[in-house]
Amino acid sequence: MLERIEEIRAEAAAAIEAAASSAELEELRVGFLGRKAELTTILRGIAELPQEERGQVGGAANRARKELEELLEARAGSLDASELEDQLVSDRIDVTLPGAPPRPIGHPHLIARTTRLIEDTMVGLGYHVAEGPEIEHDYYNFTALNHPPGHPARMLQDTFYVQSHPDVLLRTHTSPMQVRSMETQPPPIFVVVPGKVYRRDSDATHSPMFHQVEGLAIAEGITLADLQGTLLAMCRALFGADRELRLRPHFFPFTEPSVEVDVSCFQCGGSGELAGGERCNLCKGQGWIEILGAGMVDPNVLGFVETHGYDAEQVQGFAFGIGVERVAMLRHGVPDLRRFFDNDVRMLEQFS
Amino acid sequence: MRVPFNWLREYCDPGVDPAQLADRLVMTGTEVERLDTIGPSSGEGFVVGKVLEREKHPKADRLSVCKVDTGDGERTIVCGAPNVDAGQTVAVVLPGATMPGGMKIRKAKLRGIPSEGMILSAAELEIAEEADGIMVLDDGPAPGTPLAEVLPLGEPVLEIEVTPNRSDCFGVHGVAREVHAITGAPLAVDPWAEDAPAYGKGSVHDYTSVRVVVPELCPRFTARVFTDVTVAPSPPWLQARLAAAGQRPINNVVDITNYVMLLTAQPLHAFDLSMLPGGALYVQTAKDGEEADTLDGVARTLDSETVVVCDHDGVVGIAGIMGGLGSDVGEETNQVLLEVANWNGTNILRTSRMLGLRSEASARFEKQLHPALCMRAQRIASRLLVELCGAKLVPGTIDVAAEIPALRRLPLRAARVSGLLGMEISQEEQKTYLERLGFEVEVAGEDLEVIVPPDRHYDVTREVDLIEEVARVHGIDEHLPTTLPATGGAIGGLSREQRLRRRAEDALRDHGFDQAVGWSFTDPGEAERLRIPADDPRAKPVLLANPLSEEQSAMRTTLLGSLLDIAARNVSRGAGNLALFESTRVYLDGEGEFAGDRPSPYAEPHRFAGIAVGALAPRSWRGGGEAADFFAVKGVLEALAAQLGVELGFAPAEQPFLHPGRSASISIAGSEAGWLGEVHPLVCRTWDLDAAVGFELDAAPLIAAASLGEESYEDVTTFPAVYQDLAVVVPAETPASEVRAAVLAGGGELLHAAEVFDLYEGEQVGADRKSLALNLEFRAADRTLTDEEVAGLREAIKAKLGEIGGTLRE
Repeated sequence: MLERIEEIRAEAAAAIEAAASSAELEELRVGFLGRKAELTTILRGIAELPQEERGQVGGAANRARKELEELLEARAGSLDASELEDQLVSDRIDVTLPGAPPRPIGHPHLIARTTRLIEDTMVGLGYHVAEGPEIEHDYYNFTALNHPPGHPARMLQDTFYVQSHPDVLLRTHTSPMQVRSMETQPPPIFVVVPGKVYRRDSDATHSPMFHQVEGLAIAEGITLADLQGTLLAMCRALFGADRELRLRPHFFPFTEPSVEVDVSCFQCGGSGELAGGERCNLCKGQGWIEILGAGMVDPNVLGFVETHGYDAEQVQGFAFGIGVERVAMLRHGVPDLRRFFDNDVRMLEQFS
Repeated sequence: MRVPFNWLREYCDPGVDPAQLADRLVMTGTEVERLDTIGPSSGEGFVVGKVLEREKHPKADRLSVCKVDTGDGERTIVCGAPNVDAGQTVAVVLPGATMPGGMKIRKAKLRGIPSEGMILSAAELEIAEEADGIMVLDDGPAPGTPLAEVLPLGEPVLEIEVTPNRSDCFGVHGVAREVHAITGAPLAVDPWAEDAPAYGKGSVHDYTSVRVVVPELCPRFTARVFTDVTVAPSPPWLQARLAAAGQRPINNVVDITNYVMLLTAQPLHAFDLSMLPGGALYVQTAKDGEEADTLDGVARTLDSETVVVCDHDGVVGIAGIMGGLGSDVGEETNQVLLEVANWNGTNILRTSRMLGLRSEASARFEKQLHPALCMRAQRIASRLLVELCGAKLVPGTIDVAAEIPALRRLPLRAARVSGLLGMEISQEEQKTYLERLGFEVEVAGEDLEVIVPPDRHYDVTREVDLIEEVARVHGIDEHLPTTLPATGGAIGGLSREQRLRRRAEDALRDHGFDQAVGWSFTDPGEAERLRIPADDPRAKPVLLANPLSEEQSAMRTTLLGSLLDIAARNVSRGAGNLALFESTRVYLDGEGEFAGDRPSPYAEPHRFAGIAVGALAPRSWRGGGEAADFFAVKGVLEALAAQLGVELGFAPAEQPFLHPGRSASISIAGSEAGWLGEVHPLVCRTWDLDAAVGFELDAAPLIAAASLGEESYEDVTTFPAVYQDLAVVVPAETPASEVRAAVLAGGGELLHAAEVFDLYEGEQVGADRKSLALNLEFRAADRTLTDEEVAGLREAIKAKLGEIGGTLRE
C-alpha cells in the first residue's frame, strides 16, 4: 500500500510539473485528488485497515495529498501568470498615437503678470498694495499733487475729461492714490498702487490707456539715498541681479528733488556694445535705459494731508511711478506698445 | 530750445567738447535731447567767393552765368537765383565737396555752359529753413576764405528740453550760467551790464505814452523809442546765429528782438512807432468776440480774458503771444517803439490755449517771468539797435510797474540738507554751488541764508528747492549712497481681496481661459449693438469731453463688448477656438469704495468676464472638440467658485444680448452677481461670430462669500459615510435645481451632498417626464448611520419629491 501511495505521488507530481494549461491542471486535480481518485479512495478506506497499518498508511497518504495540493497551487500560479502574459501581449495598443489632450491651460496677460511681479517685489520690501479710482477728481490728480489750477505742469500730460463735469477726469497717473492713501492711513506708510492710467496721446510709443505702479514711502528720516536703495532692489528683481542704477535730476511738480532713473542695460551689460561689436539695439548704445520717474515727496503735497498726521518737518519720504508696459516690453522684447491691447491669442499664448 | 555751442561759449566756455558737456548737463538735470550740427559735416570745398561778372544765360531766362573769384582763380558758375549780381561776396561750394544732404558736387554743363560749383543760399547750407535767393555775405573776407570762418558751419547745437520750472534755461545765458555751475568754468560779465548811449532827441515821453488798465495781468511794461532806424537784412553773423537757434531771419530790428529773447529768455516786441497814432498805448482786456489780425496773417477771435496792447484805433498785439498786423516793423520803418513787458503767466497760458496759438514768446511768458528781467532785455536790445541799425536811442524809458516782487530770502539748514538727501555736502560746497547758480549766500552758523535771483524767483520758493539745487550740482549719481529705509517693522502683503482676485484669475486660466486686457473706452453705440435698451443704465456710460475718437469716447459699462471685439478680431485672423477672460473694472453711476476723504466720482466695480468661441477641449482621435455651450462655461464657473469656496446660484434669466432660452442669472448668497449664457445669435452676427458663450461676474460678492483660507476642520474619517444613488422622475419642465433642493430638504442635516449625475428623457419614463439620477452622501459626525436611519431619510426625501410631482424610480 505504501509503495502504491508513493507511485501515485510520483506520477502525479510529474504530471503536474508537465501540465501546460490551467484546464489540464484542473483535470489532474480531479484525477488525483477528486472524489473518485485512488488516493482519496485510499484515505477513505483507512478505517478498514488493520489497526497497526492505519497510522503509517494514513500518514503517507495525507502527506502525499498535501504535497500534491501544494504542487498544484504552485503550478497554477505560474500557469496563470504566463497565460495572463500571453493575453496581455495580444492586447496591444498603438503607443505612437497622440495622448488624449488635457484641457489646455490659459495664459496670463503680460501686463497682469508684470504687475504681479512688481507688486510681489514691493510686498517683499514691506509694502501694501492699494487701488484707487480711475475716474478721479481733479483735486487728487492735480491740485493735491502741487499742480495749481492754470499751472503749466498740467500741460505735461494731456488729460481726458468727463463730459459736463469739468473737475472730473481720467487719472493721468497712479499718483492720486498718494493723497488718498495718506488721508486714510497716518505715517509710516509704505504702499504701492497698480492700475490703469490715461493720457490723450496715441502713437507707437504712446497709448491713451496704459498701466503704472506707484510707490509711496513716508516715515521719519526717509532719504533720497533710501529711494535709490529701494529702486535698486526693485530694478534688480525686474531686470537681473547685476543691474546698476543712475539717477538724473529732473522736474516733477509733486516731488522735490525729482529724478529720472536709468537702469544699466541688461542686454549689453551697460557697455552699449554687443558681443560682435555692433551697437546695442536695446539701449541704443547708451548703456542705460530710462525706466521710471521718482523723487522726494514735495512738502506742498504733504501740506494737503497735514491734518492727517503728515507734518513735513516731522516726516518725509519718496514716491515713484513705473510704467508696466515699459517693463514688460524690455523684459520680453515686445517692440510695440499697441500689441498689448491687440490681444492676439498668438501673442497671449507665448507667455505662461 | 536750440543752444548753438559757440554762442554758449561766448558766455561760458566749458573747456570740454559738446558731447561731454551734454553728458554733464544730463546728469545734473538739464535734458539734452540731441546733439545736432549745422550745415555740411565737413567744411572742405566751401569757400567765400566774389562775383566778378554776371550775364544772362543765352539759352535760359532764369539762369545767370557768373564769373566768380574763389581765391584759386576765376571760375564760371551758372546760378539760378534771381538776386545774384556782380560785386557780391557769396558762399560757394566747389566740385568734389559734399552738400549737407549728402549730394556730391560735380562739374556740370547747364544748358550747354559748363559750371564749376554752386553759389549757395542759406537754405542750401541748412543754416536757414528757407531762402529767397543766394546768401549775400559781408564784403570783408577775401575770396577763397574757408566759409566755416565766416558762417557757423559744422557748429554743434545742443537741443535742450527745458522742464517747466526752468524758465531761465529758455535763454542761452541761462544755460551758460548752468554750465558755469556744473563745470566751474568762468562766466562772462552779464551781457546786460552796459546800456546803450542815448543820442536821440528829446525824451521818450515826447513820443509815446503807456497806460496799463489791468496791472494784475501786466506786472510791468517798459518801452523805449529809437529814431533814425535803418531797417535792412541783419548782418550774416546775426542771421546765422538765429538760424542755428532755429529762427528765421526777417530784418535787423525783428532779428534783434528775437536774438535778445533767445539770449535772455525775455521776449520783446518792436512796433513801427509811426503806425501808432499819437504813440499812445493801452494795456487792457479785449471785448468778448473782438477780432484781431496777428502777424501770421490769421484773424483771431478774442475773449474778455485776453490781454491786448491797443493804440487809439484798436488792438495792435495780443499780449505776450503775438503782435498784430499793421504796426510791425518793415522796410519803411524809421522810428521804433521797443516793448519789453511782463505778463501774468497763467493768463498767457490760458489765452494761448484758447486761441490755439503758441509762440516762442508765449512759451516763455506762460512759465511766469520775473518783472526784473525786462530791463536786461531793453539794455542789450538798445545796444544792438544802435550798433546794427544806426538807430538813436531817445533818452528815458517808460516803465509802468504794478509790483516788482522783492527778491526771496530762504534759509538753508545744514541738517535738512543731509537729512533729506542722506548724503553730506559741506557748507563750503553748498555755498559755491548756489553762488555759481546766481544766488547770493550768507553764512549763518552751520546754516546758510540765501537770496534767490529774479530769474529763479518762481522756481526756487522753499528750502527744499535749494536742497535740490545743491544736490544736483554736487552730483547725485556720483555721490548719493544706496540705503534702504527703516520700515519700522512694517509687514507688506496683499489684502484678502487682492489675493482672492488673483486666485480667481488663476482658476480661469487653469480652466483654459487666456487673459485679455481690453480698452476701458468704447463707443456710445456699443449698447445698441448689444441690444441693450436705451433706458437700461448700461446704455448710459460715462462720456468723455475730449475723446481721441468716437470709438473711444465712452467708458465701458460691461466687459462683454470688448471681449466680443477681441474674439472677432482673433477669429478674423484665423483663430478657431478661443477662450478669453478679463479681470478689470467697469464704470457706473454711484460712488466707489476707495481710500480717501472724497468718494470717487463713479463706481468702478471689479469684474471677471469671459467668452468662449469654439471648443474648450481640443479635438483628438478620442473625441472632444465640441463647441463650448452653456454647460461647458457653467462648469468652468462652478470650478472657479469651488476653488474660492463659494456656491453660485443659477436661475433662468434673460439678458438682451443672450439667447433667451440659454441664459441664467448668477447669484451669490441670494443676491444677483452676474450672468451667464449663450450670446444672442443677432449679437454674434453683429460681431461676425458664429456662436459664443459669455459670462460676467462681480468680484466683490464672490470674494465676500469665499471661504478660501477660512475653512474649519470637519471630521469625515472617524465614521464612514453611506453613499446611495437615487433616480427621480419629474415633469420635464421641473428644473434640476428644484429637484435637488427637494432632496436636500428631505435629507436634512444628515444628507451631506446630493449631486445630479445623469439625465434621461425617453420611452421608459414617458412623454413630458424626465428622470434625474442623483448621488447622495449621508453622514453623521458622531456615529455610523444605521440602515434604518438611512431608509427613514430616503422616505422623507420621497415625500418631499412627491410635493413637486416627483416619484422615485426603483
